[in-house]
Amino acid sequence: MSELSVDHLLGIKYLKEDDLHLIFETADHFKEVINRKIKKVPTLRDITIANLFFENSTRTKLSFELAEKRLSADVINFSAAQSSVKKGETLIDTVKNILAMKVDMVVIRHPNPGAASFLSKNVDACIINAGDGTHEHPTQALLDAFSIREKFGEVAGKKIVIVGDILHSRVALSNIFALKKLGAEVKLCGPKSLLPKHYESLGVAVELDLKKALQWCDAANMLRVQNERMDKSYFPSIREYTQLYGLGLPLLKSLNKEIVVLHPGPINRGVEISSQVADSDQAIILDQVENGVAIRMAVIYLLASKIMIPA
Amino acid sequence: MDFSKTVLIGLQPRGAFVLDRLIELLTKNYGIIDITHGKLDTTFFRDDFRRTDKPHAANATQMNVAVEDKCIVFIDDVLYTGRSIRAALTAIESYGRPSEIELLTLIDRRFSRHLPIQPDYVGRQIDSLQNDKVEVKWKEVTDEDAVYLIKETL
Repeated sequence: MSELSVDHLLGIKYLKEDDLHLIFETADHFKEVINRKIKKVPTLRDITIANLFFENSTRTKLSFELAEKRLSADVINFSAAQSSVKKGETLIDTVKNILAMKVDMVVIRHPNPGAASFLSKNVDACIINAGDGTHEHPTQALLDAFSIREKFGEVAGKKIVIVGDILHSRVALSNIFALKKLGAEVKLCGPKSLLPKHYESLGVAVELDLKKALQWCDAANMLRVQNERMDKSYFPSIREYTQLYGLGLPLLKSLNKEIVVLHPGPINRGVEISSQVADSDQAIILDQVENGVAIRMAVIYLLASKIMIPA
Repeated sequence: MDFSKTVLIGLQPRGAFVLDRLIELLTKNYGIIDITHGKLDTTFFRDDFRRTDKPHAANATQMNVAVEDKCIVFIDDVLYTGRSIRAALTAIESYGRPSEIELLTLIDRRFSRHLPIQPDYVGRQIDSLQNDKVEVKWKEVTDEDAVYLIKETL
């Protein structure tokens, strides 16, 4: 297979297992490309991509922009903070105006779940979801799974625990979909108030005790506590959260095996993960960032290849 | 023979087979050892992206060699339109500035070029029509070493 089954990347939910493997194999090649002396290929020189960020982002935005530039695409950036959105323009109007400038692809981050999907039904361009509210963040899940695959050789059969604020996390949902499709076993761990109610329907298990969860897993994905999405208190104090669900070096060393530690960033050092763990050899946090560029290049390349030049 | 300034580059996917055989030949028959070589994939440098029904699948690039100031020999199985060689000429720039680049192909389909590209070393030159197919088979993949010229069936 050399083609994706979808025309947009709206969520991992809509991808087939073969799509994931194709994205990984393509990303392998791009990882080699971004480690060359000249880290650029001319493939997308006639494609224009708009990055629409209606919500703050550093890593994802930079990673997308770099991926686009490494592929030689033309890039325009848009941040809601400095735009006409403030003047009351609707999402569709904003995007239609941008597309009128002959843009082929839109990367969108939006606080509302379903924004990317909504856009894909209403405008004529290829849409990549860079995070829609608490729903999905597909490229993050792809790069997490790609990093796990890189570390272990494959994802199938591996035991992965996702720790922390699952309820508000689009990273968690996309990760669950991706890991399950690839044949991994997934457990969630965190305070009950931050776990989704109907997790069984996702085919995952829950372990409330962090030490037991870590003892069980091959890799742990430590999520950030998302204070900005919490409209009420979900746990008594940060200090209590850290004591029960924070990963420190003593806990990591007390396990009878070496596990791999992931974190999607940005890290709250000393909250969900201690500095010593974040900077240890077992953490692959910076590998994830590097892989993020390769994965996004792969996704953009594979989707762009479906935008045919009119005969 | 001095190969110290020479780097043999097999163009993926099928030029890699020619490269492997060539190295075997040079080693066994001519006693030349330590030939610097690499395998280059040109998928992302092709000029037909978004112009074919299905995108070309990329292959692994293995370029753990220095190309700066070296004499590069591109190695491929069939030279047809010359467009893959054009892509390879762009791709190699990512690794440095060679002093010279030459081209070796097993088969040269003459009179079919789209670009001003000619081989320096040729196994065999053949005349073929545009819709004919040239198929090179390798023992590594099939059960024989052979080159077939398949005429278009009307």
